[in-house]
Amino acid sequence: MKVIVAEKLTKKFGPFTAVDNISFEVEKGEIFGFLGANGAGKTTAMRMLCGLSKPTSGFGKVASFDIEKQSEQVKANIGYMSQKFALYEDLKVWENLRLYGGIYGVPNKEINERIDNALGQLGIQDEKNTMVKSLPLGWKQKLAFSAAIFHEPKIVFLDEPTGGVDPVARRQFWELIYEAADRGITIFVTTHYMDEAEYCNRISMMVDGKIEALDSPKNLRKKFNAESMDQIFHKLARRATRANN
Amino acid sequence: MMLLALPMAMIILFGFGITPEIKNSKIAIYDPSKDQATKNIAIKLGTSEYFTLLEYVDNPDQIETIFQEGKVGLLVVFSERFLENLMHTGDAQVLLIADGTDPNTASTLTTYATGIIRMYQQEMMRQENIPFQIDAEVKLLYNPTMKGAFTIVPGVMGMVLMLICALMTSVSIAREKELGTMEVILVSPMPPLMIVLAKVVPYFVISLVNFTNVLLLAVFLLEVPVNGSLFSLYLVSIIFIFVVLALGLLISSLTDKQLVALLASAMGLMMPVVMLSGLMFPIENMPLILQGIAQIIPAKWYIEAIRDIMIKGLGLQDVLKEIMVLILMAIVLITASLKKFKIRLE
Repeated sequence: MKVIVAEKLTKKFGPFTAVDNISFEVEKGEIFGFLGANGAGKTTAMRMLCGLSKPTSGFGKVASFDIEKQSEQVKANIGYMSQKFALYEDLKVWENLRLYGGIYGVPNKEINERIDNALGQLGIQDEKNTMVKSLPLGWKQKLAFSAAIFHEPKIVFLDEPTGGVDPVARRQFWELIYEAADRGITIFVTTHYMDEAEYCNRISMMVDGKIEALDSPKNLRKKFNAESMDQIFHKLARRATRANN
Repeated sequence: MMLLALPMAMIILFGFGITPEIKNSKIAIYDPSKDQATKNIAIKLGTSEYFTLLEYVDNPDQIETIFQEGKVGLLVVFSERFLENLMHTGDAQVLLIADGTDPNTASTLTTYATGIIRMYQQEMMRQENIPFQIDAEVKLLYNPTMKGAFTIVPGVMGMVLMLICALMTSVSIAREKELGTMEVILVSPMPPLMIVLAKVVPYFVISLVNFTNVLLLAVFLLEVPVNGSLFSLYLVSIIFIFVVLALGLLISSLTDKQLVALLASAMGLMMPVVMLSGLMFPIENMPLILQGIAQIIPAKWYIEAIRDIMIKGLGLQDVLKEIMVLILMAIVLITASLKKFKIRLE
């Protein structure tokens, strides 16, 4: 079953084409990596799929809803974690989860149970009443991920979720992602850490708003005759004409 | 740009437009004697640079209404048989009634008027060589003890509401944008209207509590009376709160930064309120262009309405114009900010 379909999606800001005619499909339960240098158009593409931004042209379906015409239904079926892991710093850990549960319409009687489950999974039950601002960064990220999948969405969009944390925390974070994928949640993740790309089922590489490569990491290595994702990325990124900022 | 332009704007504003001086203030005269002396005084008052003679009042009953309508700042009442008394007893009375809702203006006006009458008296004395005495008595309507609090309280109410509502709303939304929480909420299935309401309702409640506190302090500590009905006071205030909340929303939809929102609210809202709302400097003496700008400042209308209700004790029907203007502003601003807020999602 295809949960994300993008056909010739394009987004222009004035004369600048941020996303240029991209097409791809993502299967249910897949971990789909969306790679590219800064400014390649990853975030813009993701924002279109989330219903935050309207495509200039092209067509997209998320959870079998049209991203343009049915953006409300799309929003109800997805989770989203932004680059800034947006938690309310001056709310307690459980209050943050309670808030997102409420926003997504999780039934009140289930909320407490789900909070305990989510914290149990993260292994931070003792921090239930801690203010989010006093948590270490790695924990905040894991908590933000829990908040994003708190309502058991069909798909979760992660926008550079592991920026700025150490390799151990990143490793733990990916374990969480696998657990979610095992439960049938489709993961759409952008990153520019090439080692993380290896964790994905399939990856797409974006250069200058276009998708230059799309396949499983193994096939890509074969195709580009490279030993690592890093090499492939450098080969592709060299073609980029856009400034890297 | 702002650093350079602001001082220049301020010196021009203060130098030309915004002065506590009063010129061409409108006055009315009640003259039951209609003799040469009262006519001369009336001409002297009317031709001076400070006053413009608006009308003659024929009936003492009109004295109250003329102030309620807010048409004049000063009413000059001559005693009966003014000239006769002056010639025979060397003593005549004139009563200066001023609108005490603005004690500063009132006292300036009465000082000017007393001065002009005294000058006339000296001229008469030189001509006739008899000692004359014109007693000018001053009466401040609505505010007999000339308390500054009478003007300040409605002004402070306007300022507090402006500060809490507009500034806090705009800063809190800009803050969520800065932190990134706004983005996450916008991705959620919450309709934009709900998001806006959720941001605005707490500040609405806080504003009402603040308004009540200011009112209680004003009444019990500063002994400012509430002559009108409490209901109309709250009604006008609630309309005004809607206006400023919408202003706050509008500011926040124009910026992503807390600091910008803060500066825009402080500079863009507070300064005009202090300078152009009539709170400190009388609007009627400003150059036309500033008078025009003053008309689009919500606080100007609010402070006027509140003064009328609290101090003058007028009813809703008398501040209908102010209410209509505020409602119109609220509708325009709310529509504009909701539209802006939605556009940001696309």
